[in-house]
Amino acid sequence: MIKEDTLKKILYIDLSKKKFWVEEREDLFSQFIGGTGVAIKLLQENCDAQVDPLSPDNPIIFAVGPLNGVFPIASKTVAMFKSPHTGNLGESHAGGRSAIALRMAGYGAIVIKGKSLKPLYISIHGDNVYFRDATTLWGLEEGVSTGALIRRQETGAGLRTIMRIGPAGEKKITYASVTLETYRHFGRLGLGAVFGSKNLKAIVVSGKRDLKVRDFKRYREYYLNLLKQLAESDKMKKYHELGTPANVMPLSLSRGIPIKNLSTDFTEGIENISGETFAEKHLGRRIACSHCPVACIHLAALRKPYEDEPYFYRTVYLSYDYELIYALGTMLGVTKAEGVLRLIEAVEEMGLDAISTGVILAWVTEAFEKGIINEKMTEGIIPQWGNVEAYSEIIKKIVFSKGEFFEDLGKGLDYVSSKYGGKDFSLTYGRNEMPGYHTGYGAHIGYLFGARHSHLDSAGYAIDKEAMIKPIDEKEYAEKIFNEECWRQILSSLVICFFGREIYTPSVVSECLSLLDYNLNEEALMDIGRRIYQEKYRFKIQCGFDMENIQLPKRIFETPSSLGNLNEDFARKIVTNLKEKIQSLL
Amino acid sequence: MPVLVKDANKCVGCLVCMFSCGRAHLAVGLESSCIKVRSQGGISRGFSVFVCRGCEDPPCARACPENALVVRKGGGVLLREDFCTGCGHCVKACILDAIGWNNNKNKPVICIQCGECAKNCHYKVLEHRKT
Repeated sequence: MIKEDTLKKILYIDLSKKKFWVEEREDLFSQFIGGTGVAIKLLQENCDAQVDPLSPDNPIIFAVGPLNGVFPIASKTVAMFKSPHTGNLGESHAGGRSAIALRMAGYGAIVIKGKSLKPLYISIHGDNVYFRDATTLWGLEEGVSTGALIRRQETGAGLRTIMRIGPAGEKKITYASVTLETYRHFGRLGLGAVFGSKNLKAIVVSGKRDLKVRDFKRYREYYLNLLKQLAESDKMKKYHELGTPANVMPLSLSRGIPIKNLSTDFTEGIENISGETFAEKHLGRRIACSHCPVACIHLAALRKPYEDEPYFYRTVYLSYDYELIYALGTMLGVTKAEGVLRLIEAVEEMGLDAISTGVILAWVTEAFEKGIINEKMTEGIIPQWGNVEAYSEIIKKIVFSKGEFFEDLGKGLDYVSSKYGGKDFSLTYGRNEMPGYHTGYGAHIGYLFGARHSHLDSAGYAIDKEAMIKPIDEKEYAEKIFNEECWRQILSSLVICFFGREIYTPSVVSECLSLLDYNLNEEALMDIGRRIYQEKYRFKIQCGFDMENIQLPKRIFETPSSLGNLNEDFARKIVTNLKEKIQSLL
Repeated sequence: MPVLVKDANKCVGCLVCMFSCGRAHLAVGLESSCIKVRSQGGISRGFSVFVCRGCEDPPCARACPENALVVRKGGGVLLREDFCTGCGHCVKACILDAIGWNNNKNKPVICIQCGECAKNCHYKVLEHRKT
């Protein structure tokens, strides 16, 4: 890496002692690049695997990489922690202004430890770090926004990120998210609850600096070429135009989008919540993360009347994506765009992870139908497919109700279905709720074995898509899942948004890194990718992750997927092959 | 040859123009960038862009006590860095907030009227107008 690069600086913050200090770790950034690679090493250094995720000893780690602030679409920050949701490795990525703000503030990573006695927020402006009182921000009701209040207090407009939690994080719901720049999230695996457990309401980061490259002229040429591809290439088109909801119709046609807790492969009216319909009727604005020309973030304008006062309306802007249309739409039998938007608003107000919340609501609906849970437990609410009112109420009660059933729902679906029954139709993988792709073996096995139990670990749906055209055998399936996850460790160490993955091929990455004095050819990159995956898996196993004792949900074999009915035997064969590959790393 | 903000409503807030401005000043990053993009009080309300419009009679030049800003033919100003003491009067004089500040040098970052920001704006928020 370049000698003067500030990437190697790690900011440590101790909330218990209200102290901060900087350590230079060139060793970590030259061996593990940055982002996820450096974050897992910092997690190993700062977190005992046996730690209670909601105790002061669980650190919060944010990391960026060498390409942030230097090349376009390197726009993501990696957060790492022990997940209160799975009790295992917690990793979540977010964009917004965060990655550029962190890099421009002059750090490669931030490690936050301890717990404050009183609610506070941290503000980091370049070299200056402040501990600010947040007692007034704790327990804010609707109508007053933490983001707006902090915006007024802090400098760095235009260049700052404001990461904050909502009521769900304060109440330590295990799938509480952290929101940044209103529309982006560290969504999955409960970073919001870890914030809450530390009495940490928010973090502001801002900064401004120039970075160095090896050969400016060559850099400029290379940059402009990448920018042009990102803006004009067909590979990026779907993110530009309809955004990720472009996938709703094709996946519904191929039966890849889960419907009503994956109990059926058909629902009427899905075209009413397609990317096309959202764009035509609701799209109000498009925005981008810092340093990304793609602007995939689609905001819908929802006009809402005041029920008690005629001629009064408010317009709220809500960001919608494929995953949200799945989790709060098809999964719940909600097939009106307005209904989906109202549920998105409810989830945003609480600060919950939308995917986990939707999957939990879907299970609740089916469990209610089957008589596993009753009206007394739901405090009189009758969950029904498509009933937006009931779902909105449940979302609030998950956070605020003191009833036993709702408190249990706040611990995640795996906990609830272990306690009440209904495991067969409980769609969880390593205790994390299912993402929106029922495309085939690649997707499901990817969720089960991925380091984060996420659709982003290995993008199994892309492998399933290949299998729809030409069958893939069990060996090849396992190999593709494994290799993709290894390569993604590199992208998320740089940290490149996965939407740019077709532009940032191994040779492009190698070239970009050479301009920053990293001498890594494609082979060396793949080695580092495998090494990072290995380190993550080691941590997972120390936390108690047991590959022999995890299972695919039964339900996925009952409802046809994009590859037709899935065969349990064949799935088991792929799993055996994949396990062998992972074992060979350990 | 000023850059005009044609339609800030189309701005997606990607900051690609700010990085372009940095490169035009031969730098990588945001310290040497003078164009600014800010949300209008929260991202849901959209963005404002602050960029030099190349005044013919620039107040920044009039405000400079050291004659470090020379009026440029065709609009805007040129910075004579060796004359500049870093007093910051120019920044205050610019009602458009279109002068940047380089904290390392403690000197202003002045638009060089190159149009790189407009050229790289994918959403045609900016227009580089040849006069």
